[in-house]
Amino acid sequence: MNCEETRHLLHAFLDGELDLVRSMEIERHLDGCAGCLLACQKQQSVRSLVQSGSLYYRAPESLKNRIQAGLSAANRSTPESEVAAATPFPQRQPRWGRSMTWAAAVAALAGLAIIISTLVSKSSRPSQQDLLAEEVVSSHIRSLMPNHLTDVASSDQHTVKPWFDGRLDYSPSVVDLARQGFPLVGGRLDYLGGRPVAALVYQRRKHLINIFTWPRGASDGDSASPVQVPAHQGYNVFHWTKSGMVYWAVSDLNASELMGFVQLLRNAT
Amino acid sequence: MLVRFEEAVLPHLDAAHNLARWLIRQEQDAEDLVQESYLRAFKSFEGFRGGDGRAWILTIVRNTCYTWLQRGRWKGLTTSFDEEIHSPDTDAVNPEALLLGHAGREQLTRAIEELPVEFREALVLRELEGLSYKEIADIAGIPLGTVMSRLARARKILEKSLAGEMNKEPLK
Repeated sequence: MNCEETRHLLHAFLDGELDLVRSMEIERHLDGCAGCLLACQKQQSVRSLVQSGSLYYRAPESLKNRIQAGLSAANRSTPESEVAAATPFPQRQPRWGRSMTWAAAVAALAGLAIIISTLVSKSSRPSQQDLLAEEVVSSHIRSLMPNHLTDVASSDQHTVKPWFDGRLDYSPSVVDLARQGFPLVGGRLDYLGGRPVAALVYQRRKHLINIFTWPRGASDGDSASPVQVPAHQGYNVFHWTKSGMVYWAVSDLNASELMGFVQLLRNAT
Repeated sequence: MLVRFEEAVLPHLDAAHNLARWLIRQEQDAEDLVQESYLRAFKSFEGFRGGDGRAWILTIVRNTCYTWLQRGRWKGLTTSFDEEIHSPDTDAVNPEALLLGHAGREQLTRAIEELPVEFREALVLRELEGLSYKEIADIAGIPLGTVMSRLARARKILEKSLAGEMNKEPLK
């Protein structure tokens, strides 16, 4: 990595937002480059200055009271449309009334926008599975950032499985596929489709594989044999259901090896 | 429903207030806007799918503040910032001179308040709220790469303006 690239990625590096490989490349560059090291130290000073400068503005108690009073007033007055018109909010400044009519106008516009966008997107709206596939890939990418991969790092299925007890309302099956060349790396809690899910991490050579699993719900598809989703951002994605559970597998591993892993996992769960 | 709403977002009142206060740079209006945001949030609470209440309320606070700023009540939005004019050459500045204690809280506050609002927002969400790039990107509705470049610019400007202050008032 050269100076230009290092300076470009320096902030992501300091914020812990870079993947391990690039972080290490930057560290290596900093070891040998006094100029970049100085730039890095200066930025670290600025960061610690800002973070430790007691710059956080906590909300005064009076604001909390005011909001709670306003909320219960809004809650009492129904129907909804009257809330905007009547403004039963405790007023402190006269401009409040104006901003409420304005808020009503914005709400109306927003409503119109929603109607239009629903009409427009009827045909082109991505399916639920596509959206989920996107989320799966983003979670996978996020997990590759430093310290994001596992909450419980262990190659022992009997350590990883109990870790989820009390963290989820179901118990994911964790299988050992080390002998087949897919050692377990660990597990973590992740969020997909707005719910907490179990993420299990396996490895194939240098490729990491994330398996997301949760009990099948009404909105989840049912496909006993693995379905390959068109690759997103270069990642291969499969999903399937088995024994009432939904599984998603994502990795930069080539599709045929990933498929092989999926078959092994299906047979073992 | 009110109880559920309060449980979801009232714990994040400090975060909401902190963001609004930094965006607006003035206490009274910031409080009004936070209050307005909470009422708006309450009205659209049925559309809230659960999940991260903090990100949700921060998004609403952020949008409410921006709308207010855009309505011309404050001319501070997208202040063009000429780094060349504001920035002395900092390569001469010793990093130790930037350590806490040398720059006071007031000086620091002023330097942050002078940042263009988009940079200030990214900085406050990252350094004071401790959010990830992804969370900031979602709240501000911008790509991840933009979060990174805004933060980089913000910190660079900050570094330079603090160094500038120090050149004006040399340390003993």
